[in-house]
Amino acid sequence: MGQEVGMKVIDLLFVRERNCKRETKLLNMLLFIKSTLWKSLFGREADKLEHANDDERTYYIIEKEPLVNKFISVPKDKGSLNCSVFTAGIIEAVLNGCGFPAKVTAHWHKGTTYMVKFEDSVIARDKQLEDR
Amino acid sequence: MAGSYYFVIVGHSDNPIFEMEFAAANKEAKKEDHRHLNQFIAHAALDLVDEHMWKSNNMYLKCVDKFNQWLVSAFVTASHIRFVMVHDNKNEDGIKNFFMEMYETYIKYSMNPFYKMNTPIKSPAFERKAQFYGKKYLVT
Repeated sequence: MGQEVGMKVIDLLFVRERNCKRETKLLNMLLFIKSTLWKSLFGREADKLEHANDDERTYYIIEKEPLVNKFISVPKDKGSLNCSVFTAGIIEAVLNGCGFPAKVTAHWHKGTTYMVKFEDSVIARDKQLEDR
Repeated sequence: MAGSYYFVIVGHSDNPIFEMEFAAANKEAKKEDHRHLNQFIAHAALDLVDEHMWKSNNMYLKCVDKFNQWLVSAFVTASHIRFVMVHDNKNEDGIKNFFMEMYETYIKYSMNPFYKMNTPIKSPAFERKAQFYGKKYLVT
């Protein structure tokens, strides 16, 4: 879910906010999502961006109270339902569209945590770029 | 001095999304016609574009490839849609301006909820705009 939104929002944001500069670094890309994308979608920045200690492919974006969950009461028999999967879809589409293939999932943890898991090729390329 | 230009927008799976040619009107009496090669030249340059686009974070990649007398300029959008231009004389500023205008037009077009990404653009309005900017920046 959310893929359509993500795909289309990329170009718009980069032109509006970034003066037509693309993003080639992984960390900058994540910061762009955390601040710029979040601001335009929800009017404020995401609460936290973390890097997993044990796995360099995994990053976490943490938000205490996502807008998409705020006004939704989860039915009792679907306790694990999290509407943030929609946002996760947007993030995934943005990352994929910008050339950082990744899987994004939403979990209940410290509010809502989006787990971003990049493909190996992304990490390898980022290292290569840094060496140069 | 206006040459001939071949412009193509390439999608994520190397599929053409939009094609257009611009040529000066007074050059029709050429002996040989190489227009059929344009697509091959553009396609051959795609790998080079992919390579170049990670080296800088500019969208306009300038001239990425040469084939005999033809030059290939490229432009990569934030969402990795590639604009490729095959041309036979240097015109860096004009092409850059043209790409920027086309990018804007493309974004406006892609905001249409009925347009699915990576599918060919078949809008007469889009074509008109491309023609207009082509005339303005390339074939003046």
